[in-house]
Amino acid sequence: MTSVKLKLKDSDVQQLKEVAKSFNNQPGELINVLHKAQEIFGYLPAEVQEVVANELNVSVAKVYGVVTFYSFFTMLPKGRYPISICTGTACYVRGADKVLDEFKRLLKVPVGETTEDGKFSITCLRCVGACGLAPVVMVGDKTYGRVTTDGVKEILKEYEDEV
Amino acid sequence: MLVCGGTGCHASAGELLFENLKKEVQENDLKDEVQVVATGCFGFCEKGPIVKIIPDNTFYVQVKPEDAKELVSEHAIKGRKVKRLLYTDPVKKEQIQDSKHMGFYKKQLRIALRNCGMIDPENIDEYLAADGYEAMGRVLLEMKPEDAIQEVLDAGLRGRGGGGFPTGLKWQIASKNHADQKYVVCNADEGDPGAFMDRSILEGDPHTVLEAMVINGFCINATKGLIYIRAEYPLAIKRLKIAIDQAREYGLLGKDILGSGFDFDVEIRYGAGAFVCGEETALIHSMEGERCEPTFKPPFPAQSGYLGKPTNVNNVETYANIPVIFNKGAKWFASIGTEKSKGTKVFALAGKINNVGLIEVPMGITLREVIFEIGGGIQGGKKFKAVQTGGPSGGCLTDEHLDTPIDFDNLLAVGSMMGSGGMIVMDEDDCMVAVSQFYLEFTVEESCGKCSPCRIGNKRLYELLGKITKGQGTEDDLDNLRNLSDVIKDSSLCGLGQTSPNPVLSTLDNFYEEYLAHVNEQKCFAGQCKELIRYEIIPENCVGCTVCARNCPVNCISGERKQVHTIDQSLCIKCNACMEKCKFNAVTII
Repeated sequence: MTSVKLKLKDSDVQQLKEVAKSFNNQPGELINVLHKAQEIFGYLPAEVQEVVANELNVSVAKVYGVVTFYSFFTMLPKGRYPISICTGTACYVRGADKVLDEFKRLLKVPVGETTEDGKFSITCLRCVGACGLAPVVMVGDKTYGRVTTDGVKEILKEYEDEV
Repeated sequence: MLVCGGTGCHASAGELLFENLKKEVQENDLKDEVQVVATGCFGFCEKGPIVKIIPDNTFYVQVKPEDAKELVSEHAIKGRKVKRLLYTDPVKKEQIQDSKHMGFYKKQLRIALRNCGMIDPENIDEYLAADGYEAMGRVLLEMKPEDAIQEVLDAGLRGRGGGGFPTGLKWQIASKNHADQKYVVCNADEGDPGAFMDRSILEGDPHTVLEAMVINGFCINATKGLIYIRAEYPLAIKRLKIAIDQAREYGLLGKDILGSGFDFDVEIRYGAGAFVCGEETALIHSMEGERCEPTFKPPFPAQSGYLGKPTNVNNVETYANIPVIFNKGAKWFASIGTEKSKGTKVFALAGKINNVGLIEVPMGITLREVIFEIGGGIQGGKKFKAVQTGGPSGGCLTDEHLDTPIDFDNLLAVGSMMGSGGMIVMDEDDCMVAVSQFYLEFTVEESCGKCSPCRIGNKRLYELLGKITKGQGTEDDLDNLRNLSDVIKDSSLCGLGQTSPNPVLSTLDNFYEEYLAHVNEQKCFAGQCKELIRYEIIPENCVGCTVCARNCPVNCISGERKQVHTIDQSLCIKCNACMEKCKFNAVTII
């Protein structure tokens, strides 16, 4: 961990403050505010959590506790093309674990992290409900169904030329 | 023309298909004769995107956006069916002309899913035309709360979220606790991986949930409803919001509903991905902005729930049954199902089965009927091995359980549970030890960490299973697995820990010899446990086509053209690519 503090954009912080206000700065609205904060910043670094804690008048520890509890919230920035591999049971029995291994091998990053160039990140998610297409992989909003281990290369290739 | 607008079909270009169909209808000037409707899920997700044409029930499968032109010019204009897109029965090899004759639908009875795939979920008028809000009107204007609760009790409806607690009884308890404010909560936080019935109902028929919540509110004298839904369900959230706005506009939500003097309004709350939120007390904490950790019961939510007020929590599927109970009567509902489990249950059928999809069947149907008749049997002609019901809290059942009639109590008796209705079918290639490890990995991740049996115990179970799948386990470990499982079940605080060892216990019971093979012979007969297998090339079958060598990601296969190839075991990462690619069945797992 670096000790250097992240400088947040003033306009983003202002937007977050307004969000908190729209929820009447109620501590009970913490999860709703965090959803919006993640929409604004893309992720929830400590600095964002501090702003949220201040606005809702709760401790930073409590905000951190909630952020780390729920899998939807992330403290690491995602890649430009976030790759999500469904590891629900239906996808698992149809080989999602092998597909995941192949992504990890080709991109050389573990689950939850982003490639050095910031292009791809790998996350696992539990069931997108497209079990008829299992195993399912999502890149951003695009869904790929019936993915095989050697289909992984093809998927990555689609994003090769994009900067 | 009904086009499936569910998430599954959306993912395979269903939206573009819908747009293309609309465009074709417009261009051919058929707007008055042909209506293209985006509906909720038909359930037959295996073959999506699906287009159904009524009134003749023509059922087109795997329709591509570019097929839109032909569907309109042939079917709509000339009245000829597009044969190549019709569904073909895999057993009889004949094309099905009318979807009523499809094996997939024949044994189904759709109550909760009655409108999914039939109406446009974004248009309240279509719901009204399908008897929508009629039950609510009758209850609010003609019935007393206690009589309405009695109707639900008489119907024998039990909670569909997993526990199977009688819904009417829950309402009765909540109605008897007096407070200045009470709440009705709809649990739409479907966390069971592989189950997606709640999402399909919300996507395909959101008004039914709103209608049932108003009835629920009237019965227990609550004026506020909250829907707790996963943020991962954007389409369901969108449709729910549209439905709430429309219902308010029509005066079906808000102040003085239908002039009855009863006020009720609904708000949406978002979950953020936590399996334990399925537990009611945990869910309530999440709605209050806390970490969703469960608390001791009593006090039950019916006594002290959201913000300390009496709260009634029911699941989406449970609610979807309510309007039908009032429209058709408790007697009718109670005539379906078994003695103690009335009505129907929705199952998400998935895994190694031909017809993956969402089905609704009467309670009491057997697993065999579900898997082999509705599900169309096992994929690729493989052998059935096990079916896992109830998600991560359920157990794996084998062919000896195939003729068990499915209901809440029978499934519990054989070591599994109904759960929310996930049903994952496995074949001979699935290793039961690896499957329980998979479920334990899930439980470990999702355990909230509040009580130690669940937090520490499940982690130890997971490690023991890991040891066994690596071939390092002993017979003592198998005893330890069982003992530890019993302790976790007995001493955990909430439903998550009390059921999390079920996959382990049921596989120990039903597949003990498979565990023994792992610990005594270091063998995984299903060929799943990487440390216990190796890939070999069968010399007699190998023709030397070089496909495997070219596709091997680590270049561990060598051999000349037209010569038998060999795999260098020290480099092989067991990724399965060679086996997938070989056309001559020359790669085998030992």
